[in-house]
Amino acid sequence: MKKILPSEITPYSTYLNRRKFVKTASAFSIATSLSLSAKALHNNDSSKYISKLDENDELNTYEEITTYNNFYEFGMGKSDPSNNSSLFNPKPWTIKIEGLVEKPLEINLEDLLKKIEIEDRIYRLRCVEAWSMVIPWQGFPLSELIKIASPLSNAKYIQFVTIFRPEEMPGQKRRLLPWPYVEGLRMDEAMNPLTILSTGLYGHDLLNQNGAPLRLVVPWKYGFKSIKSIETIRFVEEQPSATWSMVAPNEYGFYSNVNNTVDHPRWSQATERRIGEFMRRPTLMFNGYEEEVAHLYKDMDLQTYY
Amino acid sequence: MLSTNRVKKTKPPIIILLFLPSFYWIYLLLIGNLGVNPIEKLMDNLGEMALRLIILTLIISSLSDLKFFRSLVTLRRTIGLFAFYYVCLHFSTYIFLDHFFNFQFIIKDIIKRPFITFGFISFLCLIPMAITSFDGMIKKLGFNLWKKIHYLIYPAAILSSFHFFMLVRANKTEPIIYIGIIILLLSYRFYKKIFIRR
Repeated sequence: MKKILPSEITPYSTYLNRRKFVKTASAFSIATSLSLSAKALHNNDSSKYISKLDENDELNTYEEITTYNNFYEFGMGKSDPSNNSSLFNPKPWTIKIEGLVEKPLEINLEDLLKKIEIEDRIYRLRCVEAWSMVIPWQGFPLSELIKIASPLSNAKYIQFVTIFRPEEMPGQKRRLLPWPYVEGLRMDEAMNPLTILSTGLYGHDLLNQNGAPLRLVVPWKYGFKSIKSIETIRFVEEQPSATWSMVAPNEYGFYSNVNNTVDHPRWSQATERRIGEFMRRPTLMFNGYEEEVAHLYKDMDLQTYY
Repeated sequence: MLSTNRVKKTKPPIIILLFLPSFYWIYLLLIGNLGVNPIEKLMDNLGEMALRLIILTLIISSLSDLKFFRSLVTLRRTIGLFAFYYVCLHFSTYIFLDHFFNFQFIIKDIIKRPFITFGFISFLCLIPMAITSFDGMIKKLGFNLWKKIHYLIYPAAILSSFHFFMLVRANKTEPIIYIGIIILLLSYRFYKKIFIRR
């Protein structure tokens, strides 16, 4: 047998890097081919979502939804997330459930998805920057995961934490925001049937720029409440901190419900630009979901709890 | 030393160069290639260009105190007018494309939102300067009055850089750099006025 020279054996670190390189390279090619096929597919099958649209709404295109994003983990520009997220690897994914629960859990996302039925939800997304989109999400009600988590009775709020991976998320290398990104919901908001955890849009797995592999979607709140790439779900008793309201409490409240009567120091919230349209639209109270969610806040002064 | 003649020769290419971005962006807007939210993009590009040109005008003013760069002052008016040109385009984008002449809304917006107030006042500051920038105006108004009018560049620069600073949601590095440059140039002016001219 031929003797193998020590120099012929790849050192472990080089081997890892090489693997990473191969992974990156293949991620690039997959991402490219995926986005092409995704576009083609969407053109054929957006009809299945159209029947579920609310009056006056039109679906935004796959391209609009996947190239115009606020996801500072990948940079501050709107196209940064689609340009800078190819290194992010959302598979495999483990969700940590902790805090006030009967038993803290670590769930593998793929295992979880085997137990759960994925539904289509067409929602308006209203960004606090006064633009909006209509997005066909796929996901499941957050309440289903809460049931699995079986929180204790003193769990009044849920805090969500985005994963912290500065090697894969270039924006996290700079202190654009205090990382990791955190958000929170009150338990009744979290249990509301409109609140979903999304795993896809337009029938495709979420792309990295949209918060792969798992993100929150709370359609009656400003977009920044719908935290992306969730790693930890923590049940707590007190109102948890949320990134934007920590950074600028006078601008962003914990609730951050879409509310055309509460003025924001930067943007008027009375109107919005629907992406793809020229004329601004009037913004609807609770983003048009008043019927479903207004009761959650009936004894609250929404000028104070904005 | 840079000769005035040499600097003058650069004027036509500079004029073309400074027109180009606006033409290019408007072209991209018209063919639908300015991104997913083209109005916002156009407004941001125009505004940033305007602010950079305002600061460039200030830099030229201070630089032309040095003997070597004295002749640069012949470019100052051109650059300054281009700053005004970009501010006008930026403001009309806001009025026309962003709010489609909804003046009730616009006036409220200008009054209520400090960053828009700042931007608007900055625009107002630039108007008298632009009007009095033509040949013969110095003679007509007298140098002292003309000079006083053109001190408006300082409030304009400060207000427009704060306009930008307040607009940015996180990581304010770029606006802070602009504000830093303006403060530096402004303190140099003060220093000159108090310690050198007397």
